[in-house]
Amino acid sequence: MPISESDVRHVAMLARLALSDEQVTQLTEELGAILGHIDELQHLDLADVQPTAHPLDMTNVMRPDEVRPGLTREDALANAPQTEDGAFVVPPIVGGGDDA
Amino acid sequence: MIDLNTLTAREVRDRVVAGDVSAREVAEAAFGRIEAVDASVHAFLELTPEIAYEAAGRIDAAVAAGEPVGPLAGVPVALKDNMNLVGTHTTAGSKILGPYRSVYDCTAARRLLDAGGMLVGKCNLDEFAFGSSTENSAYGPTHNPWDLSRVPGGSSGGSAAAVSAGMAAIALGSDTGGSIRQPGALTGTVALKPTYGRVSRYGVIAFGSSLDQIGPFGKSVEDCALALEAIAGKDPLDATSAAEPVRSYAAGLGEGVEGLRVGIVSDLLDVEGCAPEVRAAFYAAAETFASLGAEVGEVRLPTARHGLAAYYIIGPAEASSNLARFDGIRYGHRAADATDVLDLYTRSRAEGFGPETIRRVMLGTYALSAGYYDAYYGQAQKARTRIIDDYRAAFEHFDVLITPTAPSVAFKLGEKADDPYAMYLSDVYTIPVNLAGVCAVSVPCALDEASGLPIGLQITGDYFDEATILRAAAAIEAERALDLTPPLVTELLDAQAAEAGMAAQRDAALRAEG
Amino acid sequence: MAADRLTDVMERYEAVIGLEIHTEITASRTKMFCGCPVAFGGEPNTRVCPVCLGMPGALPVPNEAAIEWTVLAGLATECDIALWSQFHRKQYFYPDMPKDYQISQYDLPFCSDGRVSVEVDGPGAAERLDRGHALESGLLTGDAEAYTTVIGITRIHLEEDTGKMVHVGGAEGRIAGADYSLVDFNRAGTPLMELVTEPDIRTPEEARRFAQKLRQIWLALGVSDCSMEEGSLRVDANVSIRPRGATGLGTKTEVKNMNSFKSLHDALAYEIVRQAEVLDAGGVIQQETRHWDVGAKRTSALRSKEEAHDYRYFPEPDMVPFQFTEEWIAALAGRLPELPDARKARFVAELGLPAQDAVVLTSDTALATYFEDAVAAAGAERAKAVANWVTGEFAAHLNAAGIGADASPVTPGALAEIVELVDGGTLSARQGREVFSAVIETGMAPSAIVEQRGMRQVSDSAAIEAVVDRVLAANPDEVARYRDGKTGLMGFFVGQVMKEMRGQANPGVVNDVLRARLG
Repeated sequence: MPISESDVRHVAMLARLALSDEQVTQLTEELGAILGHIDELQHLDLADVQPTAHPLDMTNVMRPDEVRPGLTREDALANAPQTEDGAFVVPPIVGGGDDA
Repeated sequence: MIDLNTLTAREVRDRVVAGDVSAREVAEAAFGRIEAVDASVHAFLELTPEIAYEAAGRIDAAVAAGEPVGPLAGVPVALKDNMNLVGTHTTAGSKILGPYRSVYDCTAARRLLDAGGMLVGKCNLDEFAFGSSTENSAYGPTHNPWDLSRVPGGSSGGSAAAVSAGMAAIALGSDTGGSIRQPGALTGTVALKPTYGRVSRYGVIAFGSSLDQIGPFGKSVEDCALALEAIAGKDPLDATSAAEPVRSYAAGLGEGVEGLRVGIVSDLLDVEGCAPEVRAAFYAAAETFASLGAEVGEVRLPTARHGLAAYYIIGPAEASSNLARFDGIRYGHRAADATDVLDLYTRSRAEGFGPETIRRVMLGTYALSAGYYDAYYGQAQKARTRIIDDYRAAFEHFDVLITPTAPSVAFKLGEKADDPYAMYLSDVYTIPVNLAGVCAVSVPCALDEASGLPIGLQITGDYFDEATILRAAAAIEAERALDLTPPLVTELLDAQAAEAGMAAQRDAALRAEG
Repeated sequence: MAADRLTDVMERYEAVIGLEIHTEITASRTKMFCGCPVAFGGEPNTRVCPVCLGMPGALPVPNEAAIEWTVLAGLATECDIALWSQFHRKQYFYPDMPKDYQISQYDLPFCSDGRVSVEVDGPGAAERLDRGHALESGLLTGDAEAYTTVIGITRIHLEEDTGKMVHVGGAEGRIAGADYSLVDFNRAGTPLMELVTEPDIRTPEEARRFAQKLRQIWLALGVSDCSMEEGSLRVDANVSIRPRGATGLGTKTEVKNMNSFKSLHDALAYEIVRQAEVLDAGGVIQQETRHWDVGAKRTSALRSKEEAHDYRYFPEPDMVPFQFTEEWIAALAGRLPELPDARKARFVAELGLPAQDAVVLTSDTALATYFEDAVAAAGAERAKAVANWVTGEFAAHLNAAGIGADASPVTPGALAEIVELVDGGTLSARQGREVFSAVIETGMAPSAIVEQRGMRQVSDSAAIEAVVDRVLAANPDEVARYRDGKTGLMGFFVGQVMKEMRGQANPGVVNDVLRARLG
């Protein structure tokens, strides 16, 4: 199944990747080739098969409602590119980001 | 004086516990080997002498005081650089995590160190474990100790090379589609992917959440068994880790394969692309099993050949989601002067991710996107169910299944760079194992006559039946008794011996004089 | 006036409203997928760990208690509980999202297909212009002044809350015009129930009552502190309109940022009118998200993104599915407390209270419990009298003091005592109120106060007759005018008698004696 350049641009936006025009062109070709190989799956008759929910036959794994020690704020912020007053700094939302 | 780096983990441990050698000496020897060869091999991204020597000190003090020490006391170990450990950087082989310092421990890594392992360093990998050659690392490739112009395999190429070249006795890697087993085969090391859920995934940077497992590289089957004992077991921090009790995997290794039902996966072998020398070595190994008393037959896994396609949807889909968190906000690379949040995201990620990572994130996002989910992800998960059924059926009639680990010996650096899908084919035998979630080990079964390069046999077992596949691997190992010292190391040892010989002569001459 | 405008619009259009209500499970000690504590406020990023910060390699492990609470919430709203369910990943990028996906549920929620009855009375009932017709057809029960509607619950699922953002530099801390934002992940990972209703709500008042009713149920259950101010209860609405008689659905808008029940009502009223005006002018409703501006009293569209979200849901591979048994669900059901509707029904059936009183008493769990404790002390035969006191004097006191029933210095036992004293004739109603205030001021027991102040009401007819005779003798002109027809002077005579008896005369007896003497 071929993929178009506009598909690639759309997917790049979903994945939040700034691609150059050259990258878009190259990826269109590469992804198209890969998808071409993967397409063989379409020819399998799997209509009556359930998708795998989990490789093991395990269900109901949960934990008790008990407090565990977390990170100190120092550790939480240790790798942050930019912080202010203990919070992570981000540039303005307007013009960018999703919201839900 | 024997070069300590030639010993297996168990041999080192026994000597340390007996007081024949100190843990500190072992650590010094390991760092000495690293200094001698890693400039050429480039297995390591970071060395951790502080951590190693601190552990050595504690072990030596305990031994001196007659206190108990762990089952891997004094063993030099290494970790793939996608495993978090406080006190180290964890880069995942990516620029996006270049400056990242771990603030918590990967459970499996922690258990390995608690068992007495002395961490010598963090190993190179394909970026985010995406690859089969370690050429996708943002920090330069690792070179195969058997031939420096060739790849060590991937994505755990650094871990494999570290053990192969005697820089660590045990190294942990991660395996999503073959990333432990395939480099094991290409570097002549024993390499184990445990059953999904056998070992905790907490703390290893996720690639394919339903496929990933952490596992050991060792110079011997026994070493892998010991490492598995140390790291396996339920972890309350990993909801997919199994409650299955941990056996002693090392006991019973020598029991042989009399009556073992061994199944050759014939239809996978029909998939084209298997090099003749690999095919020959594989069938020789099958014959060896027969000669040792195993019942060797043929089995089919009809859907396994479609595993590659299913894997290259499920893996990238899960990975694309797991890598969304790299957004320049809480850690990692942030693009300079971002004007707004969208700019921050898109440039940080485009700048920080390498080409294969971008390919997989794009592929995975596409496979999950509206309108494509059923055809891609949904269909792949159905194919997966069939593959699981195939293995279940096979294990009703066979105890272990065998295939080659990789379709060829180590290939040249750059050889597969232009065709991503050609690279993906390296994993054709290993991928179905991850889709099913069963366990498999790669054990060296031959050295190619023409090139001298190692060839690996993959032995696959039923869920949580690591004991059986390790026993089968041990049988091959014992029968073959291969010298798995790569030429690089042989040269080094010869040079050391020569040096020692010359030094002895100098001493003798001096004594004669004086 | 806004209400008139709404009525005018609703004569021509029918509103179709669905609500999405997010409730933080504050009853849980820890977050949904990690062991960090659940709490409100605190210094930023001090209740975090690798999991809720989305650090590389961290994994989620689901909180069993939070799942039980969600199932209880489903049982309390008559939902079916799924025997097989899963979490899914909902993928989108936003700075308050530590993983840039939210672990939520998609097509296998824990609870589905429930219902909540909502009673609408008072002026708000009039918003439902078609209620006569709906009552006739059985869609509603009750009558035109006070009707009951049943709102379907499509689903209740469980997910994790996001972090919190503060926007710096813009007007009033809003996103628009901000220079940058600060993110705090203390709240990230808090267990969050999302309840979605069927689009069965037809008026802003019904929406408000539904939200209030749901809050009552949640409070009775104990699953959350349900604070709209602190954000542990959040209500969003989807609203569309269609011409009366039409069956298809109009284009809906989503309305957010309604931070009180009143805002919920007013925002919906505004939006319905706004949509009508657009359609009346021949325009088309844009499917968009609109924020309620409580100051400006209007909704405004958010700067919408280029396309609808593609959340790329897929089953969460870091956790295994859930398989519940009927036995497990039944055992949980045994933990359900008496819910407001059942309690209300019991007050009517067993205590003989009028429905109106029962509604008020069960509107607040603490109040209902207080009432029951007071009845236990005063005796079931005094239930109505206790109800009058609780819904009257006591409620006013709680309101004035800004406290809950369980924080009042007037214990249920003390209130019961006062009720007995008044009901039994020892005190007049006015004296009863005096004692009530005195209990609050002094903390003394009612009987002690009565003793100390010598407040026993005089009901002895002989004593009262004596005083009545003196008063009538002292006021002959007024007696004459009364007998001439100025019956209003009765109040004067009663006042005079009370004055002489320092307010302690039983007013009923005083009236009887005066009437007898005056003829």
